[in-house]
Amino acid sequence: MSTISETPALGLTHLGSEDTGLGHRGPESKSIVVPYGFWLFVLSDMVLFSALFASYATLVNNSDGGPTTSQLFHRDLVAVETIALLISSFVCGLAMITAKRKNMVWTQIWLVVTGLLGLVFLGIELYEFGTMIAEGAGPQRSAFLSSFFTLVGCHGAHVTAGLLWLGTMMAQIWAKGFQPHIMRRLLCFSVFWHALDIIWVAIFTIVYLIGTLP
Amino acid sequence: MFGRLTWGAIPFHEPIPLITSIVIILALGAVGIWITRKGWWPYLWNEYITSTDHKKIGVMYIVLALVMLVRGFADAIMMRAQQSLAIGASQGYLPPEHYNQIFSAHGTIMIFFVAMPFVIGFMNFVVPLQLGVRDVAFPTMNNVSFWLSASGALLINLSLFIGEFARTGWLAFPPLSEKAFSPGVGVDYYLVALQISGVGTVLTAVNFVTTILKTRAPGMSYLRMPVFCWTALASNLIMLAAFPVLTVVLAELMLDRYLGFHFFTNDGGGNSMLYMNLIWVWGHPEVYILVLPAFGIYSEVAATFSGKPLFGYRSMVFATMAICIISYMVWLHHFFTMGAGGDINAVFGIASMIIGIPTGVKIYNWLFTMYGGRVRFTVPVYYLIGFMLTFVVGGLTGVLLAIPPVDFVVHNSLFLVAHFHQVIIGGVVFALMAGYTYWFPKAFGFTLDERLGKAVFWCWFIGFHLAFMPLYVLGFWGATRRMQHISDPSWAPWLNVAFVGAAIIGLGIVLTVVQLLYSIKTRDQRRDITGDPWDGRTLEWLTLSPPPHYNFAVLPDVHGEEAYWTRKQTAIKQDQLIDEPDYQPIEMPVNTPTGVIVAFFAALCGFAVIWYIWWLAILGLIGAFAIFVWYAWRDENEHIIPVEEVRANARERRRIRMEHLHNLSQST
Ligand code: HEM
Ligand SMILES: [Cu+2]
Repeated sequence: MSTISETPALGLTHLGSEDTGLGHRGPESKSIVVPYGFWLFVLSDMVLFSALFASYATLVNNSDGGPTTSQLFHRDLVAVETIALLISSFVCGLAMITAKRKNMVWTQIWLVVTGLLGLVFLGIELYEFGTMIAEGAGPQRSAFLSSFFTLVGCHGAHVTAGLLWLGTMMAQIWAKGFQPHIMRRLLCFSVFWHALDIIWVAIFTIVYLIGTLP
Repeated sequence: MFGRLTWGAIPFHEPIPLITSIVIILALGAVGIWITRKGWWPYLWNEYITSTDHKKIGVMYIVLALVMLVRGFADAIMMRAQQSLAIGASQGYLPPEHYNQIFSAHGTIMIFFVAMPFVIGFMNFVVPLQLGVRDVAFPTMNNVSFWLSASGALLINLSLFIGEFARTGWLAFPPLSEKAFSPGVGVDYYLVALQISGVGTVLTAVNFVTTILKTRAPGMSYLRMPVFCWTALASNLIMLAAFPVLTVVLAELMLDRYLGFHFFTNDGGGNSMLYMNLIWVWGHPEVYILVLPAFGIYSEVAATFSGKPLFGYRSMVFATMAICIISYMVWLHHFFTMGAGGDINAVFGIASMIIGIPTGVKIYNWLFTMYGGRVRFTVPVYYLIGFMLTFVVGGLTGVLLAIPPVDFVVHNSLFLVAHFHQVIIGGVVFALMAGYTYWFPKAFGFTLDERLGKAVFWCWFIGFHLAFMPLYVLGFWGATRRMQHISDPSWAPWLNVAFVGAAIIGLGIVLTVVQLLYSIKTRDQRRDITGDPWDGRTLEWLTLSPPPHYNFAVLPDVHGEEAYWTRKQTAIKQDQLIDEPDYQPIEMPVNTPTGVIVAFFAALCGFAVIWYIWWLAILGLIGAFAIFVWYAWRDENEHIIPVEEVRANARERRRIRMEHLHNLSQST
């Protein structure tokens, strides 16, 4: 097993020989560069969701004689879903703290709990989708429903991908311990997971809360 | 088993695509055999295909772009020939459904698989060198990005042999692109190819924004970065924010076509104006993704060959970032005629014209850089001057189009086609040719032949004007774009001039190949021994040509605005180099086949989706995921270059440069 130390991303061994007084001392270390790049990726993902939100906002009233928002959405179900996701984000934070302390058992426990809560969220979402489709309110019914299923489904797909990632992260931590590159990945994962939370809050507000206003 | 794929998909009954296919397959086969005979596969595999070296990846991007330029040009000359032949009673040689595929393929290929890879290729090759670092922030991901773009290009070309391409124009507007009106595989080819290459583009953007913001040589503060790096930063910021929108709008169209959704359909409450808005929210910034790095290239060329620092460096940076932001606020000028109302049209019209201001600032900066300088009239400078002449006119016709009432008159006419070719050829293609000539010696260690280079320039310059100025005239007379047949015979002379112009451009493309082969043959006469063939000012000229994999033995310390120029002048004055630094071993990323394999599965999966071969699509997805997990599981991502090797190389380089600088200081 190789030992990977915290070196700058590339051009690693140069020690900035002179301070220019401008605060730029050569390339940043990998522990900054990697999460930074990932954070940019998450930003682009946010843009992706903005386009989906824009589509939804354009089409929300185009129900083509089919069911509308207030007939379809149930606040209490979504509330449970939301709470599950918010808590899982919190637990993910606990996992990060224990991982920093290199506590294998608790890290794995918190990660499992994160994943289980994610599964609860996904289960409720699938249940909601299933009942809607069974009632004849599937995505093919109207432009409104197309945009609804795409927006919420895209978030759900992200959660699914996150769960797959979570599984491989747990395996990697188990097999390789808390090496720096594994820790960087874990940090990226947590950024991703929290970002999904933020997007969900927007969905919750724009789709469900506004959609069920009396 | 094979979904929609049957023997009927192969164009046995259509001579033109069939013959083209056979010729291309034979040519590819011949190249393959030749490489095998020469035993070059291992070299290609190790040095290029699996390389994580940003310079090699940049070269691969540019090769891809040049190859696709030939394809895109073949489409263009076919269209020009058709429009010269199919006048009045004659119907020409292309049936309408074929003609429609050609202009759609031409536009798609030129923008996505010529201009984009060309620009990204330069950013790959140049940015890390100019920043004084060893590679981009994520070298493996860089390789993956390239191969994803290449898979997209592969799929588009496959549509020539198997099936058909979209007949919808390069932006595939619904409802024409919906299943009801385009039931074949053409639009699916378009959608899948762009989705795959689009993922590559987003990854590229992540990579370069991180590289430029987080990895620079010591002392390389923001306001010391070369202008090309600034424009690359702006361009990548736009990519990062624009391409996800493209992904969404294309995904929505896919959902409509594949699963019967109703985003843009005529029934079910769909709204095709949503498509127009989203596609142009991507599409207008896209123009600036291409043209900003082009401006960067012109800036480097202007400064180097005028022997002066760039005039108004800070205003150049400011103008670049201003354009970066304003480019997002004008998309609606692409559909002034679609009933948004006078007020909205006025706002977007004015916003569009405002972009002219920072662009004008730049033109003045280049002019003032040359003014009072000792201008050397090399090939890149020819392109620079040709660009300024051409682009100013293109910009003015753009301002015309940004006036809504004028747009109502020339909307969708050949006037528009002339305008955008003028800015894209005069602005982007000229810059790419200039950059190709300028950085070629850095990549390969010898310069290109000047005389042939100038011949190529004249072909592009004269050919462009002959090919597109007539279209302005025709546009004013009411000639609409995308016409397969011309009913007014009085247009014939203008169309014939346009054909001649296109043929001259074609000659220029042929001469580019000749220039390359001739320059390779006679390379010994034009070797770039010193690494600094043009008396350059930025850091890429500090290292040898071609640079070692790690670019710099030690990262340069940057003082002052023109990192390399300052250093070079000091060395000439004192007739000695800076003290030999303390060399260290260097850690570099290892090669990896991940990129090609991922791209292979992506292309497989894409092909399967186009033809509804679902089992193969699932197989492709699983394959891509498996290779991803495999890659993530590895531990060894870097190898160490021993200090002895670094030192030996660096000493040799110092010896060469010392000699060179000594000669220079004798001569001044
Ligand atoms: C090499 C010389 C070129 C020639 C002779 C040429 C010629 C043409 C012609 C004849 C058309 C169709 C005009 C019509 O609608 O009737 C066209 C369309 C177009 N060209 Fe070019 N072109 C050239 C280069 C380029 C380049 C370099 C780009 C972009 C990088 C480009 C992008 C486009 C686009 C986007 C369209 C619109 C396609 C559509 O209607 O959907 N062209 N070109
Ligand atoms: Cu525009």
